[in-house]
Amino acid sequence: MSSRDLILSRVRTAVAGAPDAPRTRPRAVPAATGGQTAERTVELFAERVADYRAVVHVAAPGEAAGVITAALARRAAERVVVPEGLPKEWAHAVRAHLGGGAVGDDPPLSAADLDAVCGVVTGCAVGIAETGTIVLDTGPGQGRRALTLVPDYHLCLVRAGQIVPGVPEAVAALDPVRPLTWISGPSATSDIELNRVEGVHGPRTLEVVVVR
Amino acid sequence: MSAAFLGMPAFPRNAARAVGDSQLRFNLRKATRTIRGRRAAVVGELPDWEELRAAGKEIKDHTLRHLDRYLLQMEEAVTRAGGRVHWAADADEANRIVAGLVEATGETGVVKVKSMATQEIGLNEALAARGITAYETDLAELIVQLGDDLPSHILVPAIHRNRSEIREIFREKMGEWGRAAPEDLTDEPRALAEAARLHLRERFLSTKVAVSGANFMIAETGTLVVLESEGNGRMCLTLPDTLISVVGIEKLLPTWQDLEVFLQVLPRSSTGERMNPYTSTWTGASEGQEFHLVLLDNGRTTVLADEVGRQALRCIRCSACLNVCPVYERAGGHAYGSVYPGPIGAILTPQLRGAGPAPSSPPGGGAPAPAIPAPSGRPASATAVPGGRPASAIPAPSGRMPASATAVPGGRMPASATAELDASLPYASSLCGACYEVCPVAIDIPEVLVHLRAKAPHPRAERLAMRAAGWVLDRPVRLARAQRLSGRLRRFVPRRLPGPAAAWTDTRDIPDIPAESFRDWWNRTDGGTR
Repeated sequence: MSSRDLILSRVRTAVAGAPDAPRTRPRAVPAATGGQTAERTVELFAERVADYRAVVHVAAPGEAAGVITAALARRAAERVVVPEGLPKEWAHAVRAHLGGGAVGDDPPLSAADLDAVCGVVTGCAVGIAETGTIVLDTGPGQGRRALTLVPDYHLCLVRAGQIVPGVPEAVAALDPVRPLTWISGPSATSDIELNRVEGVHGPRTLEVVVVR
Repeated sequence: MSAAFLGMPAFPRNAARAVGDSQLRFNLRKATRTIRGRRAAVVGELPDWEELRAAGKEIKDHTLRHLDRYLLQMEEAVTRAGGRVHWAADADEANRIVAGLVEATGETGVVKVKSMATQEIGLNEALAARGITAYETDLAELIVQLGDDLPSHILVPAIHRNRSEIREIFREKMGEWGRAAPEDLTDEPRALAEAARLHLRERFLSTKVAVSGANFMIAETGTLVVLESEGNGRMCLTLPDTLISVVGIEKLLPTWQDLEVFLQVLPRSSTGERMNPYTSTWTGASEGQEFHLVLLDNGRTTVLADEVGRQALRCIRCSACLNVCPVYERAGGHAYGSVYPGPIGAILTPQLRGAGPAPSSPPGGGAPAPAIPAPSGRPASATAVPGGRPASAIPAPSGRMPASATAVPGGRMPASATAELDASLPYASSLCGACYEVCPVAIDIPEVLVHLRAKAPHPRAERLAMRAAGWVLDRPVRLARAQRLSGRLRRFVPRRLPGPAAAWTDTRDIPDIPAESFRDWWNRTDGGTR
């Protein structure tokens, strides 16, 4: 008997005669903390992202480019990855500031290249207000997963319309066929005396611009 | 895991040694109190916590009831998405599969994401025996691996170490495994995290094969889910050309949307955060990577066969039960002699290793009972670390379990080597029930503990006494006679019992025996009216 058949047969024997275990709870139950106005949801998102000690800005659409430029200047970033598909006005703001320092990922940068850049500027797929989480799905303006992992600085742009109240709404909005990365603050660890310390292997600085 | 739990004595002796270590008790008290407060705060934020908890239980129970169907669905979905699925009946088989896959790539080193399943099967040791070095990349796992130590907590395997101990381990050991720690390393957590970042950076960027576990698998879509904090998981899951995930068969969830429950309850229960810093999900071969999924039984179907004990398979390894347990807080994780310590370990370990009820063999199949291994240590001579690894320069603090090297290749060992320990584990509890209260999937750990106590072998004297008590209590008339007899003989009852029963009266008073039973009093006085 193959191990596959063996395991399946053991499972069937183990549960034979066990009572049925029906599911009664419907799927996609909205987050209990939801039901807020759109404006309050955006505010909550910004608060919760900031709780992780990420840097957060909330900007009007016309201000976004200025906020991006100021952030890159504060960081003194010289080379920054700009993935394909970043909305034009945002990509333009980066290029206007950095010129040739704004690099694309085509052909793909090596891991060593990524380790040498100052940071990355991306969009996202979904933002979650309740938990202050950003989800990337490698879609337009986000690039492959390594782009937001290896560089030490991640500037992420979130449109207010992408923010959902809670985890259930995010799960429903996302496509599991795409590789997803859920990001809640900068890389951190609680492994030393269970105290949270920011900055281990992922980007040590996460800066988020919420564009109303 | 870099050392062995093999041949460890039973829980009471381990615990007695551990509580004598004041440093260990201080470290544990500090850490568990911190995390308990954080968990309570973020759990309190969700008004529907109890509903989420009930939903978690219900989804897991449903999945386990139809596990065969969901396993097949998972296999099909992963295969369709370009991944390869392997089935491992026990630890040996899983280790062989993984080693074979690594050898096929021609690589001699793998980076690892923290994974309970691979600890359980002793994968690092099995790989070492085939000349492959497994590099742990989670900070706490790194501390354990460098310190040639044993894990003592599900989430934070190095919870028993404080910052200055960690600094010593980094300073003495990092150089043997790769980039050495900076000369002027302090014991600031930030500096220690930075040292780990530098130590592992080059390894992440150059290693071609990674091994992970998974927190969840989605049958409907074939998706795997890994929750983590540091980014080491993302490094391992994203950068290497080949990814091998070893996942227990109980980790399944039926549908993608089911994650809505578990991604709400797991981070809050585990690290006390609204959400952990990073969660990665992937389906099959992603971004050009080669992907292998190893589905692991290793005793899980034995647990599934036990009507009471099977609820332990709902466990999502959050470790909330460890953090609230008064026994764990004092005895520490090593006393449990398993990679699964604490209350959940006390019910999972004996069942996984087969001290629980014997599995009924499949009808007509004649399939052998699963070989249930215990986690075992790395063979000291078979490590493939460049330059070899000298004996530990860091003495195990007194009272801490010595890092013994009595390894059995392949992570398998005779059941007798852990039988005494496993039989003692269901008693490693005061049955206070705090573990059940916090469990996000409502595992009634006290219920399973009592169930396993009943299954464990009991001394002859105890069995005889229980049988006698059963005979007396079975009929009211026998009880009444016994009560009258003991009332008459009560002045002869000693304050302390003789022989083996003295163990009981060492810490307890024998209750006073009344001259007359309540029933007799009631009959004589007609309820106190005469």
